[in-house]
Amino acid sequence: MERFDAIVVGAGPAGSSAALTLARKGFSTLLVERGRSPGVKGMFGGRIYSWALHDLLPDWAKDCPVERFVVRENLAFLTEDASLAISYDSPKLGQGRASSFTALRAKFDAWLAKKAQEAGAMLVTGIRVDDLWREDGRVRGVLVAPKDRVGADLVVIAEGATSILTRAAGLKRDLEPREVSVGVKETIELPVETIQERFGLGEKEGAAFVFAGQASLGLRGGGFLYTNQSSISLGLVVSSEDLSRKKIEIQEVQNRFRLHPAVQRWIRGGKVVEYSAHLVPELGAGMMPRLWGEGVLVAGDAAGFLINNGYTFRGVDLAIASGVAAAEAAEAARAAGGMSAANLAGYEKFLRARNVLTDLERFRRAPLYMKNERLFDVYPRLLMEIAERLYTVDGSGKPRLADIILEEATSADVPKLKMLLDLLQGARSM
Amino acid sequence: MTDGHILEDKSHFHGVWVFLEGRAGQLRDVSTQLIGEGRRLADLRGTPLTGILPGHDVDALAREAIGYGLDRVIVVDDPILEIYRSRPFAEVMAQLIRRQKPEIVLFGASKNGRDLGGRLHAILETGLAADCVKFDIDPEGNLDMIRPSFGGKSLAHILCKKHRPQMASVRRNVFVAPPHNPDRRGEILHERVELSPKDVDATLLEFDEFTKDGGLRPEEADIVVSGGYGLGDPKNFQLLQALADRLGGAIAASRKAVDSGWVPKTLQVGQTGMTVRPKLYIAVGISGAVQHLAGMQESDKIVVINIDPKAPLFEIADYGIVGDLFEVVPELIRQLDALKGGEVGAQPTLPAEVR
Amino acid sequence: MSVLVSGMRPMRIIVCIKQVPKAQELQVDPVTQTLKRVGVPSEINPPDANALEIALTLKDRHAAEVVVLSMGPTSFDESLERAIAMGADRSVLLTDRILGGSDTVPTAYALSETIQKIGGYDLILTGEETTDASTGHVGPGIAGHLALPQITYVSEVQIVDGTVRARRTAEDGTEWWQTKMPSLCTVNFGCNKPRSPTLTGKIRVKRGGVIAHWSCADVGIDPKKVGLFNSPTIVAKVDTIRLPPRAGRMFSGDARESVRALLDALIRDRVIVP
Ligand SMILES: Cc1cc2nc3c(=O)[nH]c(=O)nc-3n(C[C@H](O)[C@H](O)[C@H](O)COP(=O)(O)OP(=O)(O)OC[C@H]3O[C@@H](n4cnc5c(N)ncnc54)[C@H](O)[C@@H]3O)c2cc1C
Ligand SMILES: Cc1cc2nc3c(=O)[nH]c(=O)nc-3n(C[C@H](O)[C@H](O)[C@H](O)COP(=O)(O)OP(=O)(O)OC[C@H]3O[C@@H](n4cnc5c(N)ncnc54)[C@H](O)[C@@H]3O)c2cc1C
Ligand SMILES: Nc1ncnc2c1ncn2[C@@H]1O[C@H](COP(=O)(O)O)[C@@H](O)[C@H]1O
Repeated sequence: MERFDAIVVGAGPAGSSAALTLARKGFSTLLVERGRSPGVKGMFGGRIYSWALHDLLPDWAKDCPVERFVVRENLAFLTEDASLAISYDSPKLGQGRASSFTALRAKFDAWLAKKAQEAGAMLVTGIRVDDLWREDGRVRGVLVAPKDRVGADLVVIAEGATSILTRAAGLKRDLEPREVSVGVKETIELPVETIQERFGLGEKEGAAFVFAGQASLGLRGGGFLYTNQSSISLGLVVSSEDLSRKKIEIQEVQNRFRLHPAVQRWIRGGKVVEYSAHLVPELGAGMMPRLWGEGVLVAGDAAGFLINNGYTFRGVDLAIASGVAAAEAAEAARAAGGMSAANLAGYEKFLRARNVLTDLERFRRAPLYMKNERLFDVYPRLLMEIAERLYTVDGSGKPRLADIILEEATSADVPKLKMLLDLLQGARSM
Repeated sequence: MTDGHILEDKSHFHGVWVFLEGRAGQLRDVSTQLIGEGRRLADLRGTPLTGILPGHDVDALAREAIGYGLDRVIVVDDPILEIYRSRPFAEVMAQLIRRQKPEIVLFGASKNGRDLGGRLHAILETGLAADCVKFDIDPEGNLDMIRPSFGGKSLAHILCKKHRPQMASVRRNVFVAPPHNPDRRGEILHERVELSPKDVDATLLEFDEFTKDGGLRPEEADIVVSGGYGLGDPKNFQLLQALADRLGGAIAASRKAVDSGWVPKTLQVGQTGMTVRPKLYIAVGISGAVQHLAGMQESDKIVVINIDPKAPLFEIADYGIVGDLFEVVPELIRQLDALKGGEVGAQPTLPAEVR
Repeated sequence: MSVLVSGMRPMRIIVCIKQVPKAQELQVDPVTQTLKRVGVPSEINPPDANALEIALTLKDRHAAEVVVLSMGPTSFDESLERAIAMGADRSVLLTDRILGGSDTVPTAYALSETIQKIGGYDLILTGEETTDASTGHVGPGIAGHLALPQITYVSEVQIVDGTVRARRTAEDGTEWWQTKMPSLCTVNFGCNKPRSPTLTGKIRVKRGGVIAHWSCADVGIDPKKVGLFNSPTIVAKVDTIRLPPRAGRMFSGDARESVRALLDALIRDRVIVP
């Protein structure tokens, strides 16, 4: 039988980072990916905050398949046909540890997996791990149907949001609808020049948009738009509880979102070349699975390491950092005599050191905050109506700003105190 | 074991040979078709046409074969040759060819013909073109052996310039068997080839004959209704039979339907099955792999019924219906009945079990 | 597990496989009238995969070593690796520039020599034919060279008391043949479902050392007997088949309407008479 010191399941950002670090630390490491190649099964694109990559591969920028560095952040509130946007421009956004960039997962994941291979990990693609091999209360390797098994002292589960193995290992219970959102994403092709001209961007510069309000038809969630080199990633993340309550399909929400004038102006003339849908765990630190067991660790989305507060969407950076922390925990456990749960418990400490748990805890209120429908429906509408009255000059005499706000707020069916609380809560969780 | 025949003694090779296959006292149709084409080639080259018939007690068959246009038949008689066996048959052919040096040797592209030709060409180290559909003689007097390549997307001209004999296997049903003339005269020669029991290196334990239901054969029918893997179940071929019955046609099948054990091998259309050229070929639940096209693309009219609008077979259809065969075929039967009987809306007599 | 041959070593099965372009994706270039091969994905010649599956099934049942053999350029490694990942023990690629352009005579000769070099074989399996050359001559050609018993067009192979029993699909029925070992069988396309690669198999491929590359000199193949110039046959030219134009009319939607339209058309064309 084939044996390794460590097997990592899933060559997403978490898995490849774990495998890379394990290999560097001298573990014989097998990285197993069910897709034909890493990233083909994943979501196509998005934005990656680079700090974790800095730590893992200091010279990552040399050959990392970056689409564009984000230099402009936009936040837009939508009603049926109007939009109000806040835009933040800063060259600093695109530089250093705090930079973020857009990437296509098929390229990015393949690149990161290659780095893991270069560090000495063995990558096997096109194989789905069907179960963990468990014996005498500990994980001993992985099983592939019908009767194939490969042994290891440690298995790192980095299977992403589906978390089938995590549940099979008894580390996590089934998620309830209120704990998951559904993400969709379309990749829309446009010529490089069109993108740069339309968004007013330089060659490697990119823009990121977050859309609230009617983007998700008022359901909890929001929309996003990122510019890639010659395509646009356009998508939504929407509460699956709301979707099923309103009996509406996510595709339908996306279709309406795509047709919104505030979106159309950016994607006009483009061709949808790719569509994908994916689960997004909305756990928050309070509901995380157990992160370690006898001979097993969980990293990335499988562990629920995801921050979605409506304005920033972070998963890949936390996945990378948690993958590294998993390898550090393994190293410490090896020094302590083996991959027992007790020895692997150091994982928590390493996650904290890399700010994964700390950030998650800080944003723990975000999921709750996101459950506040007013933020996604009532307030955007309110803001918009104020804007409309501010900017509509029809000769009927222009009221003072303060009067407008007061008038609108009272008519918006939200008691004033409640509104104040919402705003406070929002500010705290961000 | 090997002995190549190269350029130097090319001129020593004369005559056209056809390998004859018999079965139950009858010549196979591919053999009679071979005699027709062999006759044409022998006349073009101005040489005699010889049939080769290894077997046991086959003189009657030899006489019959002459009636199709042979000048002579060489019979090798041995009990070992009673049934087809690769090694002794190849041994016999190799020895005869070395002795008599024919210029051209043709085989039927049957299972046994290919089994024999493949072994023999390696022993003799000479060229063998498989599954030919046409022949010519090139200006230098070489046999131009023409065969489909890549599942019938193109035709390749194969020449064997330096080696002799030039050998080819011939696809069944592309050449027409000449009329039989019982009065035709020809020679029957008995040749001896030394065979020993050790040439019998394989034993036939069992033979399970394909059942011939006596129905109309697809290769003889004007209309063929052919079913593929899309039928999903053997019993659904009854539905196709019901349609074929209304059209006075025969049923046939794709290889995947045959390999699934739904219908006998004898109904397989395609590169490794039969070639059909009916007036109307109705393909039901067949995707249209190149190997299938090879057997039916020369049909006069092609109708395709498939649920997948992207099925490749639509590309060569005269008429295509995109739809579920389980709706379309019963409807077709119903409307045909209405046309015939004049009674609109009459229920087709479908087999009770269908789907 | 039973050890079959001479009670000493497990039997050795050699499977000849060829890598071919996926037939369905081949198109004729409308301009040059030649087949467009570049960019077409490759696969193990489908009947050869069925032959490999038979070998692996025999290996599951009896102690056996499965050796995969191919002749061709090093790009064929892809298929040999797949065969290993499926469960073959090792593979040999006969690869040499002088083999280029070989027809079935040199191919059968060169493969036979390589089989002898591998040695110790009990059973040789090939596919019934390739999808690119589709002659079916190489298998029987190898048997001819090595003077082995041959059973062609088989769908099932059993090893019984040290003999081979194979079910052959003949013209008029199925036959069960029995021969001694060593012998050669050619295997029908579609007679089984080739297994998928396993994780263990893919790991073996990654660990390396599973494919041996041999040149003609390594095997002792006579250079005067292989390659384009030593092949008896040449392809003088290739004609594209121009099929008669077809109406290409498509009916979809309501079955009743589609069928009516079809019957109208067929009656108009006088293909069927009302
Ligand atoms: C619509 C949407 C938009 C997003 N946008 C962003 C964004 O802009 N920025 C950001 O940082 N994050 C974003 N995320 C989140 C981000 O994609 C994830 O947090 C991140 O990919 C998690 O990485 P991972 O390695 O844990 O899991 P994944 O990337 O999901 O990787 C898991 C891998 O494991 C493989 N796998 C799974 N099961 C098995 C098995 N049994 N055997 C073998 N292989 C297996 C999968 O094929 C996959 O390759 C977005 C998510 C969604 C759904
Ligand atoms: C060496 C070799 C030789 C071969 N020789 C031959 C040969 O001689 N003859 C031959 O036919 N093949 C041959 N093949 C096999 C060939 O490659 C294909 O595998 C085979 O033709 C496919 O058969 P099919 O179209 O019935 O099945 P599939 O390809 O599975 O197609 C089934 C079709 O049915 C359709 N369908 C499914 N359900 C419905 C429904 N309810 N209503 C309508 N349509 C439906 C599907 O859309 C699909 O197009 C050979 C292959 C090899 C490698
Ligand atoms: N280059 C090759 N390498 C290995 N095996 C081959 C090669 N060519 C043909 N074969 C084998 O011979 C069989 C018949 O091939 P063919 O005669 O080309 O139709 C194939 O199914 C293979 O098993």
